[in-house]
Amino acid sequence: MPDPTRPKFTADQLAEVRRLQGLYPDTRGALLPVLRLAQETFGYISLEVEEYVAGLFELSASHVHEVVTFYTLFFQRPPGRHVVAVCHNLSCHLMGAKSIVEHLTRRLGVEVGETSADGRVTLLTVECLCACEQAPMMQVDDRYEGLLTAEKVDRILEGLR
Amino acid sequence: MAEKVFTRNFDRPDSHTLAVYRETGGYTALTKAFAMEPAAITEEVKKSNLRGLGGAAFPTGTKWSFIPKGSTDPKYLVINADEGEPGTFKDRYLLERDPHALIEGMIIAARAIDSHRGFVYIRGEYVQPWRVFSGAVQEAYEAGLLGRNIQGSGFDFDIVIHRGAGAYICGEETGLLSSLEGKKGWPKIKPPFPAVKGAFGHPTIVNNVETIAAVPHIINRGAAWFAGLGTKTQGGTRLYSVSGHVVKPGVVEAPVSVTLRSLIYEHCDGIRDGRRLKAVVPGGGSAPILTADEIDVTMDADGLKAAGSMIGSAGVIVMDETVSIPEALMVLARFYAHESCGQCTPCRESTGWIYKMSERIVEGRGRKEDLDTIVDVSKRGAGTTICAFYDGAVGPYVSYIEKFRQEFEALIPRDA
Repeated sequence: MPDPTRPKFTADQLAEVRRLQGLYPDTRGALLPVLRLAQETFGYISLEVEEYVAGLFELSASHVHEVVTFYTLFFQRPPGRHVVAVCHNLSCHLMGAKSIVEHLTRRLGVEVGETSADGRVTLLTVECLCACEQAPMMQVDDRYEGLLTAEKVDRILEGLR
Repeated sequence: MAEKVFTRNFDRPDSHTLAVYRETGGYTALTKAFAMEPAAITEEVKKSNLRGLGGAAFPTGTKWSFIPKGSTDPKYLVINADEGEPGTFKDRYLLERDPHALIEGMIIAARAIDSHRGFVYIRGEYVQPWRVFSGAVQEAYEAGLLGRNIQGSGFDFDIVIHRGAGAYICGEETGLLSSLEGKKGWPKIKPPFPAVKGAFGHPTIVNNVETIAAVPHIINRGAAWFAGLGTKTQGGTRLYSVSGHVVKPGVVEAPVSVTLRSLIYEHCDGIRDGRRLKAVVPGGGSAPILTADEIDVTMDADGLKAAGSMIGSAGVIVMDETVSIPEALMVLARFYAHESCGQCTPCRESTGWIYKMSERIVEGRGRKEDLDTIVDVSKRGAGTTICAFYDGAVGPYVSYIEKFRQEFEALIPRDA
């Protein structure tokens, strides 16, 4: 993965940045999509990435920092190879989210917000992911996993390398 | 069995594809709309009594009519697919199972308000809905249903899909616009309303996914038909997201005149394990709670308002007799504390402190005055902030305590 402390997009990525900027009446509208691209490229949004992206938009680095810190899906530190985010809002709470979180903390040997020692999994709790019909549920990287039990969680963890 | 409108294709294989959408009359409303004057489209939607299905229940046609007449400014149609209200998941179903209804509805709405560019703001966590919807947009472009001179009508319309990055407040329409503009999702002071000064400073209509998905049906089958499905003040069926302790949780389509009792006991087969109902949140996390003997209420905007709650996003969260109401309130208080955008002092401070107080009550460390303090602080702050977020938090704060006060008091030590 390219070095997040010395970020630089490829020529193709820079063309994508310009395409995204052209979709909005003001190029600034593309800030969130470009930050997403940056995170996919560099693994997380370092201060250096913020400065680099700010330069692509002629925005101040402080504006970009303000945006990055506002949203939960931007990581300011490198996450594990997988991110497991358990919903702990009301419907999932009613269906046992707390025991799912406790099970995960034991299995992974981490507290919520931490990454397992082998760098494999970052465990988070999150607010409603809007899949309440499958409560309790969680997001594992890009996919939703619902109707969780301790056994199902174990099977999912086994699949994460 | 009531008529299926939104869900009629949900169980068909490949319901997300253009081919299947067309088999059931897809894009015929568009042809009809191209033959109508833009003002006539808005008039038809007004007469249908369609009201916003994202939360505020504002009459959709009336909202469209707020776009300044004769303005040569570019106008934008923005779709709020930032579904996030606790207990709500119906827009996810629409994006994944009937994305072309949204696309067709968008083109028709765009013609009505003279917009040539639409943005669909999809919450960042919705990866699969985004993939499916993106595929549908691609298909629509390839079929000449988007882009320049759609179906030879001379009308141009493009859709830009914008993915959020994780923030409940971006479901608030002006917070959403701030986010779309590349800023943190801070709501804006109204007026000016988005219809006059919205996205990037231009006239903008922000509508919910389900609201716009209703539009092709209204154009095809007429305002009178849609209005006739509902009550005097709200037309149509709608999607109820039912979760919690029911036997069959899921998306239920029913006329807006359906009762909460019928939703729970007929559509979702009642309470799991033969237990008794204790309480229900009828319209997403921010709706005031109803007790088990308050469920003979119709699930339209005015019915719930009369019952002292709100329909909101129609997320129905069902709680059986095993539920601790103070714990449920703490869970929601944690949510509001986390999601307050921090812009207005009453909201930023109260949500944080009320979470701390609700937590200490649950942990047996509450103080005698805590309950009165929460209710007092809630009522004082309501209506004093830029957006409706804090009013939404006050709904549960006050109603949970007022309706289940003894349960809270039982947790507070006598000598506290």
